Amino acid sequence: MSSYSLRGLNWFNALSGDARPVTGLPASLKVADGFVGEQPARFIAVVADPDNRFVRARHGEVGLLEGWGLAKAVNDVIVADQDKLQKRALIAIVDVPSQAYGRREEALGIHQALAGAADSYARARLAGHAVIGLLVGKAMSGAFLAHGYQANRLIALRDPGVMVHAMGKASAARVTLRSVEELETLAASVPPMAYDIDSYASLGLLWETLSVQQIEQPTSADLARVIECLTQAIADVAHKGTDLSARLGAANRAASSKVRQLLREQW
Amino acid sequence: MTDSAALLNKHSFVELGARQRAKALLDTGTFRELLDPFQRIMSPWLARQGVVPQADDGVVIAKGSLDGLPVVIAAIEGAFQGGSLGEVGGAKIAGALELAAEDNRKGIPTRAVLLLETGGVRLQEANLGLAAIADIHAAIVDLRQYQPVIGVVAGSVGCFGGMSIAAGLCSYLLVTQEARLGLNGPQVIEQEAGLEEYDSRDRPFIWSLTGGEQRFATGLVDRYVEDDVARIRRQVGELLKQGLPAQQRSTQADLFLQRLARLDAEPQIDPATVRDLYQGERS
Repeated sequence: MSSYSLRGLNWFNALSGDARPVTGLPASLKVADGFVGEQPARFIAVVADPDNRFVRARHGEVGLLEGWGLAKAVNDVIVADQDKLQKRALIAIVDVPSQAYGRREEALGIHQALAGAADSYARARLAGHAVIGLLVGKAMSGAFLAHGYQANRLIALRDPGVMVHAMGKASAARVTLRSVEELETLAASVPPMAYDIDSYASLGLLWETLSVQQIEQPTSADLARVIECLTQAIADVAHKGTDLSARLGAANRAASSKVRQLLREQW
Repeated sequence: MTDSAALLNKHSFVELGARQRAKALLDTGTFRELLDPFQRIMSPWLARQGVVPQADDGVVIAKGSLDGLPVVIAAIEGAFQGGSLGEVGGAKIAGALELAAEDNRKGIPTRAVLLLETGGVRLQEANLGLAAIADIHAAIVDLRQYQPVIGVVAGSVGCFGGMSIAAGLCSYLLVTQEARLGLNGPQVIEQEAGLEEYDSRDRPFIWSLTGGEQRFATGLVDRYVEDDVARIRRQVGELLKQGLPAQQRSTQADLFLQRLARLDAEPQIDPATVRDLYQGERS
């Protein structure tokens, strides 16, 4: 058993198949150009690099190199496809345990590196690329903001290991002056605080959830299922546009819609 | 002017609350608040956790003009829940930025100024705060196609978490000496990485790495200003007039990757190393 997750890597390998690897990026990024069905796509995953030059980013965390590397991997697609009618879809395979926590990271402006990544993904959407986030593992906090949260459509696999959250339990407990047990009790009754994917789905942020047989190492049936879903998501984006409005509307996120409606009335 | 007269003329910006800050920046008489506290649009999540909500959820949205230019200001109240963003406060900022972008598409050149005093996601509303911050990121990048988005980090709360990424997306950033800008709060780094990596109680150490002066010296922000209302207002006005920068900071991946490639990442880092690496000519 590895000390870090291999899900992102395994799903990247399965989805990218014989796609052409993109070089010139940090080793912690897996990037390849291939197809989702007939649709050209760039697959992007952040994976653990045990030899990462930055010691606090060796287990798949999104750090300085990963943030700026994602920014470059996505921006290169925007630039290359600028004049093309059919723009590549961007498939962000998300299995990110956290952002990197360290002195080097703060000193060198990890916030700016993550802004670079979010910037590229957001510009890709604005330029007309379908951006799809496929959640196969953890999607935590700043790491998810940099890699996945700017997607037009979010798809999560149904598994206890797939979770979205703003902070790990231990740190969240410390910052909110609660015990981990108290935090878990609250999380059970307050959907946005929960760590499980069903509670997250109730917020309306996911476009689809999918069950698979082997989440760690997808079977061919799993792969076919996910490719089918990605294809539908890309078609849905082409049909409904590339902003993030599809995320609004759930009862557990009603205030987000209400605030927007009132702002518009008073604008 | 004598020293004491100068001191009397100085008005601290940092000491002002969010609403007063927005008022202080806008042209006299033009401040108009949207979703003001009397409308009581509050967090639907705090009360059930035993936290008293606030009538504006800690975010002030105000329209008006600054040196005659149409602006919307989003000001975060650092005194309420550490300036943390929950569903309502986050949606207020995202929604205001979305409407500003829409204005521009209709030919109305609305600009945005963000007064950032925030620890990031409000953990009591965790995933809804995170989602709102993703919306804020999206809206900044959208609006930035038309007009500059200016971020101001002035007070001692600083700007952290997902909102530090929002700051990184701004066209221009203005800070004071008291400000800090960083992704992870010191406590969390210490919790995750240990005391040797990051001592959250060592204030000089923390300011030396993430404080306003260092961020300016390393080129990660654009203006470094004294804590004075008139000066901050003048600088924000200048930045608004500058229009869009030649290149947004967050689109400079190649430059930053080249810089990081030159760094020896083995030894623990100090502030001077970052200055040399990022801004050799200035230090």
